[in-house]
Amino acid sequence: MQSIVIALLFLQAVPYAVPGEDAVDPYTPSAANAGASPFAGEGMAKAFHGQDGIRRIIDRTLTAAYADPVIGEIFEGHDKVRLSRTLFEQFCYLLDAGCAYSGRDMIAAHKDLGVQRGDMNRLVVLLQQAMRAERVPFQAQNRLLSKLAPMNHDVVQK
Amino acid sequence: MARRFASACVAALALLSCPAAARPLRNGGKLLLTNGISSLDGAAGGGLTPWAVIAGNETSDGIGLSAHATVVPVKDYDYASAGAALGFRDRIELSYAHQRFDTNRIGALLGLGANYRFAQDIFGAKVRLAGDLVYDALPAIAIGAQYKTSNNDAIVHALGAKHASGADYYATVSRLFLSRSILLSATARLTKANQMGLLGFGGDKQRAATLQFEGSAAWQLSRRIAIGGEYRRKPDNLGIAREDDWFDAFIAYALTDNLTATVAYTDLGSVATVKGQRGAFVQLQAAF
Repeated sequence: MQSIVIALLFLQAVPYAVPGEDAVDPYTPSAANAGASPFAGEGMAKAFHGQDGIRRIIDRTLTAAYADPVIGEIFEGHDKVRLSRTLFEQFCYLLDAGCAYSGRDMIAAHKDLGVQRGDMNRLVVLLQQAMRAERVPFQAQNRLLSKLAPMNHDVVQK
Repeated sequence: MARRFASACVAALALLSCPAAARPLRNGGKLLLTNGISSLDGAAGGGLTPWAVIAGNETSDGIGLSAHATVVPVKDYDYASAGAALGFRDRIELSYAHQRFDTNRIGALLGLGANYRFAQDIFGAKVRLAGDLVYDALPAIAIGAQYKTSNNDAIVHALGAKHASGADYYATVSRLFLSRSILLSATARLTKANQMGLLGFGGDKQRAATLQFEGSAAWQLSRRIAIGGEYRRKPDNLGIAREDDWFDAFIAYALTDNLTATVAYTDLGSVATVKGQRGAFVQLQAAF
């Protein structure tokens, strides 16, 4: 009984993966893993139409990315269920739309993907198209990108 | 392909080092408008001044190319230039521009003959030393040189210029502040050039090179459109032809991923003895 309680506590505290996702190596969940501090106030969450808007933007961006002739290849063999969840959490957290980020840090999440600067720029373009389709004002789009841009050092393979 | 190669590199890391240079070239991939337009002197930047960006659409993994044509019809004169630039790995830029300055009817008043044309060739090189326009904590920082040679040796000497050719040296710092969608760029230029060199280099009033400040500010309205203004401080070396600082207000539009059109209102002040030279600046740039 005691061991089951401990196991449950452990599972709760360390959400490495949720049902439907592949197992990942153990890591310590932390808000710092999101790679930037969130915006303060409701403005950005409103500009992105809350969690529903963020969900639509992530879905549209990833659907385009998987089919993209330039960067589609990077996602081959990738856990798409997990990526969709953690990317949503990350954006929702950064936009202060009421989520915690439970994923890995940016270095661990992009390790060995061979991402080049051109790939990162391509994903930015797809994200911009998705934000535009969601009618997020351009200035708010750039504000989110300003949070993501410094992460390029952890994402792009030297 | 590049990616698989890079992955193979990682797998072989225990035995071999795999520097970025070992990856196959991959062209294109720069974010829209972040290659700037072609300045009058041929360097990538704003219209009047270079920025610390490298010409072409390449990233650090490729080679890029740009070509442009610019016309600046002002009150009494017609200016036109065209050129091309190569960008290597978003690090080094080599540029060439040919400038033509038509004096129209003023040529007769100057005793040069109506429609007298000044022209010069400009060979430029620029290196981005550190930082990045968008991504790094550090803004993009570049230095460059422009070797300029007048096609009108005898005339520019007769106007009082000391030389028919000369070199400008500049340092420039540029940054796109994404959180505000604002780009700021500042340039310091060491130059002897009279009206960019079209009227020669050095003069009776000032023989030596002087340090001049140039700057741009732009606001990105959408992925494809930016508006802004520029300033270029100018030397004033020739006794017979006062030279004023330059200003412009521009709108740049990325028509496609490869074509950028720029239209500006520009004020060139006094040029070759005639003041109030204001007019349009129109440029089409293709970049790959």
